[in-house]
Amino acid sequence: MPSVRILAGTRKGAFILTSDSSRTQWQIDGPHFGGWEIYHMAASPVDPNRLYVSQTSDWFGQIIQRSDDGGKSWHQPGSSPDAPTVGDDGLPLAESNKFLYDTSESTGKTLTTHQWYDGTPHPWEFKRVWHLEPSLSEIDTVYAGVEDAALFKSTDGGANWVELAGLRGHGTAVDWAPGAGGMCLHTVLLDKNDPLKIYVAVSAAGAFRSDDGGLTWRTITNGLVSDYIPDPRAEVGHCVHRLAMHPANPNVLFMQKHWDVMRSDDRGDNWYEISGNLPSDFGFPIAVHAHEPNTIYVVPIKSDSEHYPPDGKLRVYRNRGGNSDWEALTDGLPQKDCYVNVLRDAMAVDTLESCGIYFGTTGGQIYCSPDSGDTWITAAANLPAVLSIEVQIVDA
Amino acid sequence: MIRIKLPYHLQNLAGTDAEVSIPNPENPTVLEVIRALESTYPTLRGVVIDNTTGKRRAKVRLFACKQDISHQEMSELLPEPVLTGEEPLLIVGAISGG
Repeated sequence: MPSVRILAGTRKGAFILTSDSSRTQWQIDGPHFGGWEIYHMAASPVDPNRLYVSQTSDWFGQIIQRSDDGGKSWHQPGSSPDAPTVGDDGLPLAESNKFLYDTSESTGKTLTTHQWYDGTPHPWEFKRVWHLEPSLSEIDTVYAGVEDAALFKSTDGGANWVELAGLRGHGTAVDWAPGAGGMCLHTVLLDKNDPLKIYVAVSAAGAFRSDDGGLTWRTITNGLVSDYIPDPRAEVGHCVHRLAMHPANPNVLFMQKHWDVMRSDDRGDNWYEISGNLPSDFGFPIAVHAHEPNTIYVVPIKSDSEHYPPDGKLRVYRNRGGNSDWEALTDGLPQKDCYVNVLRDAMAVDTLESCGIYFGTTGGQIYCSPDSGDTWITAAANLPAVLSIEVQIVDA
Repeated sequence: MIRIKLPYHLQNLAGTDAEVSIPNPENPTVLEVIRALESTYPTLRGVVIDNTTGKRRAKVRLFACKQDISHQEMSELLPEPVLTGEEPLLIVGAISGG
């Protein structure tokens, strides 16, 4: 009988929640790395016991942790106890935590500045890993989306990281600017049907697609309209909050933008709005049902100034046609005096026959719906603010 | 032995108590003592001295003998009471934020 595992990254540590397939009773294990910000935990689709964690601190920097036993034990893959302490350059050897922007001549462009909040040029400065995306087919290959925005790749289980510099080498990078949370690359989508296709999203630059495994990139922003930038239809500058794709229908992409919920039917080349009857089209996460490629979920947030649900009611909205017709899902969710937020990486779905939907809040709750959103169960009520959620099915 | 007091986050990372002891390096400068700490506790590599810039992280401070030695040259020797184990070297995370 399969069991279900929720990987929750929070402001003060990592938590692993487990349940049987009924998903009604949850055991909470943690905190792992207590006191540290855990931006993201991700599991390899090749081996569910291979977990990657982004552990980060404004004080002590970035740490990549890895588990090969489903979270029972952890190690930094680039800090072998037997290795020398420092390298030839005199710097501490902690290779799995080292994200060096590629400025070499051989890879093309000199990548020096992006825009700062005030529009002035600002040098790229690594701050943290926002998102880890393990390969769909190679256990030791994993991608990392980082702040300041760039995409890195490891092919040795997270021990060493190399930037896929073609993204920042895209001619628009000098005009990328940070969103309120920083200039982060927060979404990485891989296409299981075409391993060369990669999609990423950057706040606040937009969305990009590579058709050659990350060597070169194109913007996929045609149709986006953002009234908060000088040219609302500019090629870059859009604050894309999240992208989602169903593996069985990779031509179709869904997007939660700063404002607007968007859909593309041609791999992001063109977008159109499907916000429809949502009470607010501002929000952060967007997710696709595991078995219904046209069923999507968002959590409307009142506005970009008020990061809480409209009317104090926490409502997930479901759209069964991938169009503009949304229904509120409220059974089991607080319907008064609720002023939490749901962050962009804090929603996930499972692949059981009755698809489970999950999300975490800045108030420390994790909600689970074992029936595609019809009813909700509180899986955890009092965790630190939840930054990210992933879900795994594990054979018991 | 040199005594070093670690902030909570580094205790957590290294799996230690608040105070650790490391053998005196041959040349006990600030830098060499930090390297000796990293050698004994590999999970602490890069968290005090940034592993991309080679500089002390901005929000990490170093205190010894009631003095802030954060800004002294990394090549300077630590005070004698630290070298004899009479006083600890304190690694402190700047007090700010949540």
